[in-house]
Amino acid sequence: MTIKNWLRAGIPAFTAAAMFAAPALAQGPTIDKADTTWMMVATVLVLVMTVPGLALFYGGLVRSKNMLSTLMQVLYTVAIAILIWVIYGYSLTFTGGSDFIGGFSKAFLSGIAPDAAGATFSVGVAIPELVFVMFQATFAGITASLLLGSIVERTKFSAIALFIPLWLTFVYFPMAHMVWYFAGPDAIDAAAKALAAADAGGKAAAQEALDGVLADAGYIFKLGAIDFAGGTVVHINSGIAGLVGALIVGKRLGYGKELTTPHSLTMTYIGAMLLWFGWFGFNAGSNLEAVGSAVVAFVNTFVATAAAGLSWMFIEWIAKGKPSLLGAVSGIVAGLVAVTPAAGFAGPMGSLVLGLVAGVVCFFFCTTIKNAFGYDDSLDVFGIHGIGGIVGALGTGILVNPGLGGTGIFDYTTGAVAEYSFGTQMYAQFMAVVVAILWSGIGSAILFKVVDIIVGLRARPEAEREGLDITDHGERAYS
Amino acid sequence: MKVVMAIIKPFKLEEVRDALTGIGVHGLTVTEVKGYGRQKGHTEIYRGAEYAVNFLPKLKVEVAVASDLVKKVIAAITGAAKTGQIGDGKIFVYPIEHAVRIRTGETDADAL
Repeated sequence: MTIKNWLRAGIPAFTAAAMFAAPALAQGPTIDKADTTWMMVATVLVLVMTVPGLALFYGGLVRSKNMLSTLMQVLYTVAIAILIWVIYGYSLTFTGGSDFIGGFSKAFLSGIAPDAAGATFSVGVAIPELVFVMFQATFAGITASLLLGSIVERTKFSAIALFIPLWLTFVYFPMAHMVWYFAGPDAIDAAAKALAAADAGGKAAAQEALDGVLADAGYIFKLGAIDFAGGTVVHINSGIAGLVGALIVGKRLGYGKELTTPHSLTMTYIGAMLLWFGWFGFNAGSNLEAVGSAVVAFVNTFVATAAAGLSWMFIEWIAKGKPSLLGAVSGIVAGLVAVTPAAGFAGPMGSLVLGLVAGVVCFFFCTTIKNAFGYDDSLDVFGIHGIGGIVGALGTGILVNPGLGGTGIFDYTTGAVAEYSFGTQMYAQFMAVVVAILWSGIGSAILFKVVDIIVGLRARPEAEREGLDITDHGERAYS
Repeated sequence: MKVVMAIIKPFKLEEVRDALTGIGVHGLTVTEVKGYGRQKGHTEIYRGAEYAVNFLPKLKVEVAVASDLVKKVIAAITGAAKTGQIGDGKIFVYPIEHAVRIRTGETDADAL
């Protein structure tokens, strides 16, 4: 790996195939125009998921006096995430360094020319690295935005403004690095082929080289855990962070006693459908190529989602007497969350079952469990994203099994699909979930406390009563 | 001069208006209000949260009339607004001290 001079800011010198830290590609990788187009579209789809998708989904659920506050906090989060991602976030996440974090070799996107190639999951196939950079930037944006849902209506904008960049830096970037960073298919394939081609005298060195390439990966990746589009990185991460935030910030005034009903489920519906729309970019785009697993993910993003929407709806109909629209859209989102880690690995029927399960389990956590413990996770980030992510992460370990219609896991050292072992895979998935919960829980708790000390998390009671739109932003959403 | 104030079910507005026009009352003020009496509310469920909503939407209709018209107005409103179900509403009568038509400055009986 060459360490670039990161002070050389990212005005690209149009150098051909710059030597970048990782993943390294053989000379002349093919950048396909269709793949590039798809990835650009997928990136924009993920952006739309957050703004306005998630923003409206959340906004409709709060009282009208806090609508703009919710929209603003999400918009700010996306904007700041994009900026710090291109400045240092991409570098920290997707370069080699340790098991837990990368380095600053690509800070300011230095050294990444517009025609620089970034790896996909296929040997010899590439997309422009800059497109991958922005695709991942939108993931950072939505993950940080999700956790806001737990602490809406009483957390000051200034606290959010400070908390989000800190959280991205110390919780999200390491988490994404641990799960997704590895040396890339081409590096592994090249080292494996070199080992196979080496003569007796060169075997030891070639083996060491291969081991080195395989070791150049994140901690959770090396555990063998699989997460196609971010069940751990995005959903468990934000779900736990949200829950921790809800506990530290505290309940809204009058929670449980006063009317804190959604002011516009129509907006929530629009937001939820935009989430579904954009999620095709989130899941199918995570294949980085418009082929193979992208198509698998595409199908699963329909099937699991519909199944979960219906299972939540039906269980609510039975349990509460009426099927609500909020329940249906919540089920839709729960299905999307659960299928996220499984998207490119599960078969369609497996996804169907996953969706049915996710709808019911998340319903249970958003109603029975939440009321039993009494915490004010206002918009159910833990109940849907946290729990849905855990269901999905564990479900992925089951559904990737080719015997259940899954794709199996491709092994780049052998160039074939590895043999599936339930015990091994489930252990890896379980460990990934545990690490995600601990990392997010502890890291988020520390950061919430730090921000509380510096600027204070919570709005004054009078400000909370009047509404954050007026007190934080000097505006009314509706006249 | 009196104000006759009636709380009615919202869908009855057109009938009440027609009935009042029929007895020669050509102006009224309508406000959207919430309230309850003997009519029970409903339950709303949002994920895990259940709310008993006691307030029901109603309309408040106010007309200012000469005192000798009050009985006819009450009869007209009652006839139009009644359904026989709980929640039909109530009528109250207030005295007015003065009335003024803003455009012309006419007062009291000439202003009604």
